Amino acid sequence: MAEVRQGCELFESGHRACGGCGPALAARLLLKATGENVIIVASTGCMEVFSTPYPETAWKVPWIHSLFENAAAVASGIDAALKKQGRDEKVVCVCGDGATFDIGVLCISGAFERGHDITYICYDNEAYMNTGIQRSGATPYDASTTTSPAGRCSLGNVHQKKDMPGILAAHGAPYVATASVAFPNDFMQKVERAVNTPGPTYVQVHAPCCTGWGFESGETLAIGKLAIETGLWVNYEMVDGEVVKAKKVRRKPVEEYLSRQRRFRHLFKPVRRDDEIAKIQAIADRNAEKFGIDIRRKE
Amino acid sequence: MPLQVGCAARPGKARENKTGAWRVFRPVVEREVCTKCGMCALVCPEGCVEETEDETYVVDLDYCKGCGICAEVCPKKAIRMEREEK
Repeated sequence: MAEVRQGCELFESGHRACGGCGPALAARLLLKATGENVIIVASTGCMEVFSTPYPETAWKVPWIHSLFENAAAVASGIDAALKKQGRDEKVVCVCGDGATFDIGVLCISGAFERGHDITYICYDNEAYMNTGIQRSGATPYDASTTTSPAGRCSLGNVHQKKDMPGILAAHGAPYVATASVAFPNDFMQKVERAVNTPGPTYVQVHAPCCTGWGFESGETLAIGKLAIETGLWVNYEMVDGEVVKAKKVRRKPVEEYLSRQRRFRHLFKPVRRDDEIAKIQAIADRNAEKFGIDIRRKE
Repeated sequence: MPLQVGCAARPGKARENKTGAWRVFRPVVEREVCTKCGMCALVCPEGCVEETEDETYVVDLDYCKGCGICAEVCPKKAIRMEREEK
């Protein structure tokens, strides 16, 4: 990380995110990558709530709030209007994982099908954090949330994370990428490439949430990095539906990632659940095989 | 306060909300150890670490929430978190 890029600062201090907020960092970094010539469409979500309590706003670019479900539809309309007027602003949706994975799928699917020139950025903090940590389609297996609480009768979320990048790549999107706030330069490069690619593009950025996941505020980047190092999150790029690049790692056991977060605490206390940890390890192994992220030593 | 049509707000108006009061731990930069790589400024979620004219980095304590990300990522461990005294 020797080469650090500094640029314009379009996300103002004074927003009301928790200290150590991953999504707040994602917002700052993505604006550095898009530059000033941009119109942001935000759905309801943590980022919308903490950055724009009326009459304050942290954004220094044109910004519009829609509803939970229709950010992609609003962006489609803006794109059509700009095209008619012959203007060249980039249209960027910034939505959370709840708005992307669950509530907004209909409108996103429509916008991608029509091939609007928009960039859709999903900051993935793996639950509905703004309303009090309810599970979403992006919540990982066995994570404890307020609607999938771990206890005597439950081990947390029973479903696996939805493959949203795969769904949008299947729509024929020319560029789909996943990134993480733990690798800021990589994330900014991916956003830059996405906004400069004509047609609908998608970037999903892993944004750890210290409040919802239960770790110290200073560890936001360390947790994001561990997710990649264990294989539970894969940074990859897809061009025209094909994976062209995936970040390779020397994988660590998933336990190192799980044991540092409160939402997975029930896997270690009061009794250690090796069977459940093995299931999560199997998810990481499948990811590693699918994307070929393992660095193998030469024999 | 009169409500503006469409609820428009002036760009970056959040700056009036000084979040520094939330802080429990304050980042202290050791100038001699700092190599001026700029990682702290890049990863600050508040965007309140600024580069000065003589290329050193200062934290704007009006906005710093004391999360400690800068101290964690600093490759030289030049930032330490000190408890605020009231």
